[in-house]
Amino acid sequence: METVQKDVRTIHPRWLRVTHWLNAVAVVILAMSGWRIYNAAPFFDFVVPQDITLGGWLGGAIQWHFAAMWLLAGNGIIYLTCNVASGRLLKKFFPISPRALFADVCDALKGRLSHVDLAHYNTVQRAAYLFVVVDLLVLVASGLVLWKSVQFPIQRELLGGYEAARRVHFLAMAALTLFVGVHLVMVALVPRTLLAMIRGR
Amino acid sequence: MNNTTPHAHWLVEKCDTILRDARKEVGRVVEQPARRAFLQCSLTLGGLSLLSGCALVDEESIDTALSGISRFNDKAQGWLFDPNRLAPTYPDSMITRPFPFNAYYGEDEIRQVDAESFRLEVTGLVADRKLWTLEELRVLPQTDQVTRHICVEGWSAVGKWGGVPFASFLRRVGADLSAKYVGFKCADDYYTSIDMATALHAQTLLALTYDSQPLPPRYGFPMKLRMPTKLGYKNPKHIQAIFVTNTYPGGYWEDQGYNWFGGS
Repeated sequence: METVQKDVRTIHPRWLRVTHWLNAVAVVILAMSGWRIYNAAPFFDFVVPQDITLGGWLGGAIQWHFAAMWLLAGNGIIYLTCNVASGRLLKKFFPISPRALFADVCDALKGRLSHVDLAHYNTVQRAAYLFVVVDLLVLVASGLVLWKSVQFPIQRELLGGYEAARRVHFLAMAALTLFVGVHLVMVALVPRTLLAMIRGR
Repeated sequence: MNNTTPHAHWLVEKCDTILRDARKEVGRVVEQPARRAFLQCSLTLGGLSLLSGCALVDEESIDTALSGISRFNDKAQGWLFDPNRLAPTYPDSMITRPFPFNAYYGEDEIRQVDAESFRLEVTGLVADRKLWTLEELRVLPQTDQVTRHICVEGWSAVGKWGGVPFASFLRRVGADLSAKYVGFKCADDYYTSIDMATALHAQTLLALTYDSQPLPPRYGFPMKLRMPTKLGYKNPKHIQAIFVTNTYPGGYWEDQGYNWFGGS
């Protein structure tokens, strides 16, 4: 009886919850250590306050960054594999149309977007989560160019060379940070979503 | 306002249930000491990421873990390194002018090496251990290339270096090409070491010139090892001694935590 009920009510399968939280840990480490690395040679008119960076000095920050990259990449591969193989990607994220997105954005701004059924992603969610997957792929591709620019010539040329890849990596980080900010606000507005991501229902 | 309290109460109840479930789960999983130690370790790592600077974190074990991963990254880079893949080269017009000076000391401390009395010492696993004068090195076949120098700090600059292909130099001195490392000691007390595969890469130069002029002191007179396949700190300047070895020689920055392979 209990297993039947569990199957019916599970919103997020276990693999999704595990990969979600491992990804969160990796992203926090990578962002904070990445800010310290950026500070070593900033290409904009600002530096990140040292207090919110990780690693203490450049060498320490790089150690954190190049450790957490494995977590992000390995976890990301597991997430994508499970997502595609289980059919969840197709079922949860598609169809997605600009018209539906516009309508849902309007509803969201009016505070009318429904969250009754957490198993169903509205179009804003679909777009946001798909965006963050693509953004993470851009971060990994540009990161590979920064780490090993000679060994990944295709990625390097696609991104316009080493120096361009630095900017791409930074802007993709900024977009990810923006996503995380909005994501946390949304979770605060609908706390049930946090419970669902922890216990699955 | 009325429904705030019931809502909060409901939340507390939910949290209690979650905690109970979690305890049950953990109790079931954590039985073997090794698994427990692993869990504790990962919990600490996770904790640090969220509360950096938290006093609960055992910094020494974190450092050990990070150094271990850095050694793993050395191996991963050795595996990724393709000896036949060349770094991009650029036209002279793209050379960064002025090319930046960078060292672990300031420009006012640049070492002056006397060309007449200079001798390059070549030792270790080589057949021909000898001292080389600058003239002897300058008459060897030379080549030059315009490549991008990438600093560990993130910035990069394009420069033009010329000199003796390092692979041909190692063959000339009868180096054991199956040895693991080539180490360097420098007149500015800098030291570093590289893997043999990179030492033999076609673009690795024992550079004697910069921009078609004898290497100036600020760029490492009388010679530097120039590798477009490695970060700046792996490219030693003011080289005085080269040695081939199977014993890990470390490096000035590497011993402080920079990744040893340092490849790009």
